[in-house]
This record gives sequence, structure tokens and C-alpha cells, in this order.
Amino acid sequence: MNGWSALDRFLRTDPRDVGCAQAMEMLHIYAELAAAGAPVEERYPGVAAHLRACGPCAEDFEGLLAAVRGKAH
Amino acid sequence: MTDHTAVAAELDAESADWLRALAGTGPQREEALARLHGLLLRIALGEVARRGPRLRLTGPELDDLAYQAAADALVAITSKLGQFRGESRFTTWAYKFVIFEVSAKIGRHFWRHPSVRLDAEGWERLPDQFGFDPAQEAEWRDLLAALHRAVDQELTVRQRRVFVAIVLNNVPLDALVIELASSRNAIYKTLFDARRKLRAALAANGYIGDDGGRCS
Repeated sequence: MNGWSALDRFLRTDPRDVGCAQAMEMLHIYAELAAAGAPVEERYPGVAAHLRACGPCAEDFEGLLAAVRGKAH
Repeated sequence: MTDHTAVAAELDAESADWLRALAGTGPQREEALARLHGLLLRIALGEVARRGPRLRLTGPELDDLAYQAAADALVAITSKLGQFRGESRFTTWAYKFVIFEVSAKIGRHFWRHPSVRLDAEGWERLPDQFGFDPAQEAEWRDLLAALHRAVDQELTVRQRRVFVAIVLNNVPLDALVIELASSRNAIYKTLFDARRKLRAALAANGYIGDDGGRCS
């Protein structure tokens, strides 16, 4: 990726983005469905849009997903 | 808003057992608390190990952070048992608390050994932040000059402060939350609005394609 596309991607905002508060409130539901292979991006597009743009929430999601999957194994 | 459609569901047997034990009294509750703490600690240790390579934290500090996160998560969970609505397994809901505690403690830890000053503005690092090739400076010099102008002219004081901290100075968002006594949601929203303004300004001057959106 070159600088132009990285800057373009950073400045691009998604109107469906629900923000951190709602994403964090829903994260346990979203992670459990994701771990089960459910189509979470279709079911919760606003949370999915947020997780694509917010590094800290995406990090939390990855951690929770790892925790849920660890429990399942 | 439109995503917030989950409703309270019937509890699975394991979650119901957890709730019954934690809401009870005596040895049964004490045993459940100890068992939950053990689970939270295992998740916290796993999470700090997962994030560890990207942090400036060593083994003992990581372990301390995990123990603190597990203890604080246990307190938060027991005080919010009434908020669990059965939309996931109880343990998934509980794990969320300890993951959030790990994030918050890592953000707080950043300021124990800060590598940046909030009043510094590292504009010279901007090309590198976005991966612009120095050999092709003639192609991007005007774009980044326009971005700098837009930051100065279009953003509010708070938007500019958040942009400079996160984008120019690489301050983690959760660390900025601590410094500004704010919330992750508020800082993200401030940066979201700044990104939208900057894109509009660059698009108006023909530097970048025009689209954008809004965040609640």
C-alpha cells in the first residue's frame, strides 16, 4: 500500500459506524456469534464498520474472540 | 442504533448456574468467585501475552497488569450481574470485562514511560506514518501541505489536539483517554469528525476523492 491509499483509507468514514460505546456494549454478542461462524458483518453492519476503523475496539474484539475460542477448544 | 437489536434470551444451563451461585451467599458464592477469578486471570494472562510483543512491557509488568485486570474485572462483574441479559454465555460476557480492563491498564501504563510530549507536533513524521516514499516527494509534497493547512484551518482546537496526538505522535487512543480524562467513544468521535472534515477539505481542493459519512 502506498501513502496515498493509506491516507485515503484513514480519512474514509463509514456512515454505518456505530462508534465505540455501542460496539463495546455489543462486543460479547458479536464475538460469540463470530466464533460460531455466524454472518456477523451482515447482522451487525454498524459494529462491523466500527471494528474496521477503530484499532482499540478491533484489538478488544480479537482478544475476546481468542478467549471465546480458547474456551471452546 | 440499528445494530442494537439483541434482546434478552433464555439462559443456558451453565450461565444460569453462574448467576445462581454468584447471586447467592456463603461457601457456594465464595467458590464461584474463586472459580470466576481463575478464569478471568487465565484470560488476562493470555491477552497480555497476545499483545505483549507490541508493548513496552516486560514479563513481571505484564503479569502484574493481568492480575490487576482480573481483580478489577471481578469487582465490575459482581456489581453488574443484574445487567447480564443472557444474549451470550455468561463467561463470554464476563471475559469482555477483563479484556476491557487489560486495554485500560495498558493505556494507563503508556504514561509511566511516555515517549512523546502532547504539545509536540511531529509533522516531519507524517510521510512515514502513511508510507509515502521519500524518493517520490515531488508527488506528495503538495498533498501533505494541504493536509497540514486543513488541520490548522478546519479542525476545532480539540479535534486538532486529538489528531496531533494520535496521528502525528502515535499516542495510543486508550492512553489519550486517560490523559484527557475522556472516554474511548468521545475521543473516537472527535477523530471521526476530524477525518471527515479533512477528507472534505482535501476533496474540495481536488487532492482526493469525495465521500464520507458520519458516526453516532
